[in-house]
Amino acid sequence: MTVPSFVQIRRPDREPKKTIELQIDGKAVKVPEGTTILTACRTLGIEIPTLCYLETLRPVNVCRVCMVEVEGSRVLVPSCSRQVEAGMVVRTGNDRVNHTRKMVLEMLASSVDLSTTPGMDELLEEYDCKPERYGPPAPPAAAGVRDAAVCGHHTPPNPDFAATVAQPPMVDNDLYIRDYAKCVLCYKCVEACGVDHQNTFAIAVAGRGFDARISTELAVELPDSACVYCGNCIAVCPTGALMAKREFDMRSDGSWDEEKQKATDTICPYCGVGCTLTLHVQGNEIVKATSPLDNGVTLGNLCIKGRFGWRFVQRNAES
Amino acid sequence: MDIRLLGAEPSAEEKSAIDEILGAPVSAWDGGERGSMRDAHTAEFGGHSTREQRHMLLPALQALQSRVGFITEGGLDYVCARLGVPPAEAWGVATFYAMLATSPRPRRVVHVCDDIACRAKGAVKLCAALEARVGPPISHEPEGDHVPLDRDKAAWMHSPCLGLCDVAPAALMVEAGETVMERSIGGANIERLYALLTEIKVPGADGANKPHILRSPQIVSGGLLQRVGKVDPTSLAAYRAAGGYAALAKAMDMGAEGVIREVTESKLVGRGGAAFPTGRKWEAVRTQKAQPHYLVCNADESEPGTFKDRVLLTEDPFAIVEAMTIAAFATGSEHGFFYVRAEYPLAFERMNGAIEQARAAGLLGENILGRGMKFDIEMRRGAGAYICGEETALFESIEGKRGEPRNKPPFPVSHGLFGKPTAENNVETFANILSIILDGGAAFAKVGTPQSTGTRLFCLSGTVRRPGVYEVPFGTSLRALIDMAGGVPEGRTLNAVLLGGAAGGFIRADEIDIKLTHEDTRASGTTLGSGVVVLFDETVDLRDAVLRIAAFFRDESCGQCVPCRVGTVRQEEALHRIASGKTRGGVSAELALLNELGDAMKDGSICGLGQTAYSAVESAIKRLGLYSEAGSAHA
Repeated sequence: MTVPSFVQIRRPDREPKKTIELQIDGKAVKVPEGTTILTACRTLGIEIPTLCYLETLRPVNVCRVCMVEVEGSRVLVPSCSRQVEAGMVVRTGNDRVNHTRKMVLEMLASSVDLSTTPGMDELLEEYDCKPERYGPPAPPAAAGVRDAAVCGHHTPPNPDFAATVAQPPMVDNDLYIRDYAKCVLCYKCVEACGVDHQNTFAIAVAGRGFDARISTELAVELPDSACVYCGNCIAVCPTGALMAKREFDMRSDGSWDEEKQKATDTICPYCGVGCTLTLHVQGNEIVKATSPLDNGVTLGNLCIKGRFGWRFVQRNAES
Repeated sequence: MDIRLLGAEPSAEEKSAIDEILGAPVSAWDGGERGSMRDAHTAEFGGHSTREQRHMLLPALQALQSRVGFITEGGLDYVCARLGVPPAEAWGVATFYAMLATSPRPRRVVHVCDDIACRAKGAVKLCAALEARVGPPISHEPEGDHVPLDRDKAAWMHSPCLGLCDVAPAALMVEAGETVMERSIGGANIERLYALLTEIKVPGADGANKPHILRSPQIVSGGLLQRVGKVDPTSLAAYRAAGGYAALAKAMDMGAEGVIREVTESKLVGRGGAAFPTGRKWEAVRTQKAQPHYLVCNADESEPGTFKDRVLLTEDPFAIVEAMTIAAFATGSEHGFFYVRAEYPLAFERMNGAIEQARAAGLLGENILGRGMKFDIEMRRGAGAYICGEETALFESIEGKRGEPRNKPPFPVSHGLFGKPTAENNVETFANILSIILDGGAAFAKVGTPQSTGTRLFCLSGTVRRPGVYEVPFGTSLRALIDMAGGVPEGRTLNAVLLGGAAGGFIRADEIDIKLTHEDTRASGTTLGSGVVVLFDETVDLRDAVLRIAAFFRDESCGQCVPCRVGTVRQEEALHRIASGKTRGGVSAELALLNELGDAMKDGSICGLGQTAYSAVESAIKRLGLYSEAGSAHA
């Protein structure tokens, strides 16, 4: 995907940048000052897997999948946020890097339901991950238990199981669901809801350690929270933990079929902003609306109307 | 920014507790009455001026906690209105700290330590006896929405290290109310704890907040502990009579560059655990163009087994205030923060008293010593989070956010507190500054070894005859240090030593001839860390100590990055599988898995917590051979 970076979209450069020369996997590369290692790698065609990184969000470097080795650094560095420096020597695919990536992916796959994470199966295979070696997954927590976890001494682990974040999906409104059994805690939804995009601040990370979770204040249900249902959190969620209710329902009854879907770009009919809408149509029915990440108007964002307010189209067709 | 509040009303008690910290609201925009002209949409009210108070979020939540015993819905809403903080974010902060309760709790809670040092002194049995007598502790997974407890009675909970290892087993009682009551308890026993949990009146013979402080031998004359036990720590006059504030005056004569020259020449390195050269840090901050510069004293001493800073802060607080002032002078900082862990009520009180007296005497404020220097110190208390001892997590905590460490670079010297150049040092590091200024960096560097200069405070605990803080020159052997403390009790044998804390490592009894220097410990693959020396004789189950360390890291991980958040869980699970005999493919397969996890945590974690979460476990496996055939037979 060729997407202009967040910085370029939001803050156009007034002065030309200095060029930085560095070495990646033995190849010399010249990139503008301020470029991240990840972007520099992509200019060389070196693929680096990411989970918590998105072009339209400020990097939080928490998933640690994109780690690379930088000569002189005691530990590996996150390529998504670390900016290039002159003379840097970067290695992206040695044993040390691959080991950390493999372990991070295994840790996630053994504790989180990654079944709806695009590209994850291939990634787990590429890094030879064996999440089952940590033991059978522990039974899911009852609803509300993870939200009530108290900081401090935890319940000792059960040696028969591997701890997971499994819990029932939260279905508390008609527009979207939150299935935190699928949450890798990438912080993207918090960022999109907060200063990066929406400035609604309906959700934040609560709790600590393995009990950390995305939560509204006092874990109230969405209709009681500050949520404005823009769905911009859904747009950035990498695992399908946040999903439009329509898609969730169709997946539940087995009718969701991406191969049969056609995406068509159009302009949102509601207001004068003119957001680009991508309508995902399956069987002559709109099943989802998104906006392209690289759209200069939306950066992938929509409002409640653009994201969810297309059922009227079907209504006419039905009648 | 319009924020959506919960719409819950605070009680009069909650409101007054919060107003006491934040002052009365000035307009409807920050939680006051509607109807005044000040409600007008002007830049003066409700906008930046409100949101700039974000750094008061933790103090406001603490005020609420201290008054009513937990974060109530109405109280949280009012704090959010006052500070312009979205409730979801405030909730995220409140649920981050162990000393803030987010579900109803009795006013009185007794935190009973069962960490490494207290465990070596019978804390596990004590907790079991307590549970049998008064019922279970506050649990990690409360049933339903609320903890089913009687508000008027007391509750207890397990606690990580309270920094009272020299008086283990230890506990801390906190009772919310008009005046919050906090008692550090040393030499805890079942009767004492039972009394605290059942008698509403606190036994008065407690010596107020005063924990039992063991005097430590002073080896080097003019050392760090020279005033401890000799000079009244509550009196500025006594401190000055003992030569206090001579260093500040001399530092001002030397000028900022002169001060940094001496500190650099002294080769002083940070005593918090990372051993970064102090002179280099100060010079880097001093020369930063961005303004303002900040100075931070990290007194969030939470490394299990560490209590040296507690002794310095409670027994010689003026020295820390003076040293911070010198550091502020050298780095060009006008604003300092002193951040102390919640578990040190007496240290907070003593430092607060010292700062107030210094301010009244013109030793802090607008015109220090009448020489035009401006500097003041703001106090902050932690709220029960080991991770906040990490330098950048501490910044986040001060800024009113979750204590999540930042990725480095950029480093604090350029992008620290509030994004500005910041010099952050540990308490013991500051304590060393005074003699460097008075006697010169060269004289300081003569003590110790060429690479590890000066003296070091060591915290001896565990099964040691005379636990306490011992100051010895770098280069002293661990054996000599252990001998000074009387070794293990008569008739017992030393089995292992934990050096440097939970983030440090175990060493064998036959390795104690190691010299206590940064270079020697590094060469032999261990660390001095924060000066922790926990002794274990044969009465201590070392595998149990390892399990506790693993549990500690799982509890204290902030949860931000995957290697640490999940790695600490998987590490603990593997150790429990070994302990229960339910290994997946045998002990050696589990050890191999632990090593794989350890490497990923070391290489992939954001901060030192995750990077060192495997250190002690690794040393138990590889150095002690605790899980080898011989080790198994031994255990």
